[in-house]
Amino acid sequence: MVNKPGKASILAAQDDWNIQLDSHGRLKHFLTIEGLGSEILNNILDTAESFANINEQSVKKVPLLRGKTIVNLFFEASTRTRTTFELAAKRLSADVLNINISTSATSKGETLLDTLRNIQAMQCDMFIVRHNDSGAAHHIARNVSPDISVINAGDGRHAHPTQAMLDMFTIRRSKGHDFGKLRVAIVGDLMHSRVARSQIHALNTLNTGEVRVIGPKTLIPMGIENMGVTVYNDMAAGIKDADVVIMLRLQKERMQGALLPSEQEFYAMYGLSREKLRHAKADAIVMHPGPINRGVEIETAVADGPQSVILKQVTYGISIRMAVMSMVLGREAQSDSRPADEAKA
Amino acid sequence: MDDIATPDTLLAHMADTLKQLLAERAIDRPLMVGIHTGGVWIAEQLHQQLAITEPLATLDISFYRDDFSRIGVNPKVKPSKLPPQVEDRDIILVDDVLHTGRTIRAAMNEIFDYGRPSSITLVCLIERNGRELPVQADIVGQKIQLTANQHIKLNGPTPLQLVLS
Repeated sequence: MVNKPGKASILAAQDDWNIQLDSHGRLKHFLTIEGLGSEILNNILDTAESFANINEQSVKKVPLLRGKTIVNLFFEASTRTRTTFELAAKRLSADVLNINISTSATSKGETLLDTLRNIQAMQCDMFIVRHNDSGAAHHIARNVSPDISVINAGDGRHAHPTQAMLDMFTIRRSKGHDFGKLRVAIVGDLMHSRVARSQIHALNTLNTGEVRVIGPKTLIPMGIENMGVTVYNDMAAGIKDADVVIMLRLQKERMQGALLPSEQEFYAMYGLSREKLRHAKADAIVMHPGPINRGVEIETAVADGPQSVILKQVTYGISIRMAVMSMVLGREAQSDSRPADEAKA
Repeated sequence: MDDIATPDTLLAHMADTLKQLLAERAIDRPLMVGIHTGGVWIAEQLHQQLAITEPLATLDISFYRDDFSRIGVNPKVKPSKLPPQVEDRDIILVDDVLHTGRTIRAAMNEIFDYGRPSSITLVCLIERNGRELPVQADIVGQKIQLTANQHIKLNGPTPLQLVLS
């Protein structure tokens, strides 16, 4: 048993998931959806619900993370994700540093870990990491000092857990809490999509009725069926009777070689037009993690149409990120916690 | 320890005293604010008995607590509903039990994030010993002395009931 091949790699993989949780099973880092149970995911969604209320008030700020310092470490360009993380931190009253590493010290020859040690020496509490290499956030989480939490804001093709959670939040707010009755279709470039990978894990953990992935064979990873999804190469069949249609961006910057005939052909087969959307349920919602390529993945009339919740996803991203940050940083010394009503004055 | 009266008896008396106090202070357009959850139940009753026309405002002070790092974030925080304009208003702040004073401190912090009220009058159904901050109520339904291990809690909303444990 001990010598069984592959055991070490399985253990290593489990270790990767487990570094997300502290000894009390609470979220310490948020690196991937994998390995997290429905209880934690639902806790994130419920907490985000509270913060969604804050974000609708005239004063959108609470003092929860006053005195905490959060560092946005972005090794890869991002507008939406970085700004919503920054806004989320500011609405929790944390201090935020934005470091764009690609234009910074690493270009002067400093190694990643040296850069980290320097920022760590400034006594920060949390790193939000985006990197174009899969596993970068894990690597950083394993190497930072134990009092620092790491949140993965997208690593290579691997994971984008806060995006997946804001998508779950958008679905829950539109379609209710019971994911069991939902049919969700994810369309497009599955091959390069860390968002899709995290979404599939989250949808399965929340017991979604059916998860379908749709795209050309060249953009669907081999063996994706093992993640508990049904593969469709035909768009009309794939989105038939779907409650939720999630479009993915064609990640041309990550494509090597001829995976695509042409954008026009892709749009003709897999672009979400009004006509194709008719195959889904009449009340289906249309999602896209952004940035959207109009006329490549999605028709303008659909992106801006009544079924689109694309901009709601952006709004909800703030609540989800506030929830994750406050859960991760509100975890210290909870073992001596008093019951809530006793602590209440 | 004293017997605890029923909330309804206390409320009738509190409403009368509050009316007098508002008259003395020449406050004719108060903004009543209840603190979640028990304070909102008490505020609803007082709001009705004083026939205040402006809607009741509510506060959930969970995000303003000073023990966040000890107890973590509560996933079921209810929305605070304060009118956009608290500047120069006369606020009646209502809670069920005044104990350490920390809830009231947090509530006042939250109110001040919205603006600078002209005055805040504090109304509590029960005032017990154990203050940790210099906070005192203007109107109290009943004062009681408890040992450090005793707790009093308001159940509700119908019927309102005080439970000692």
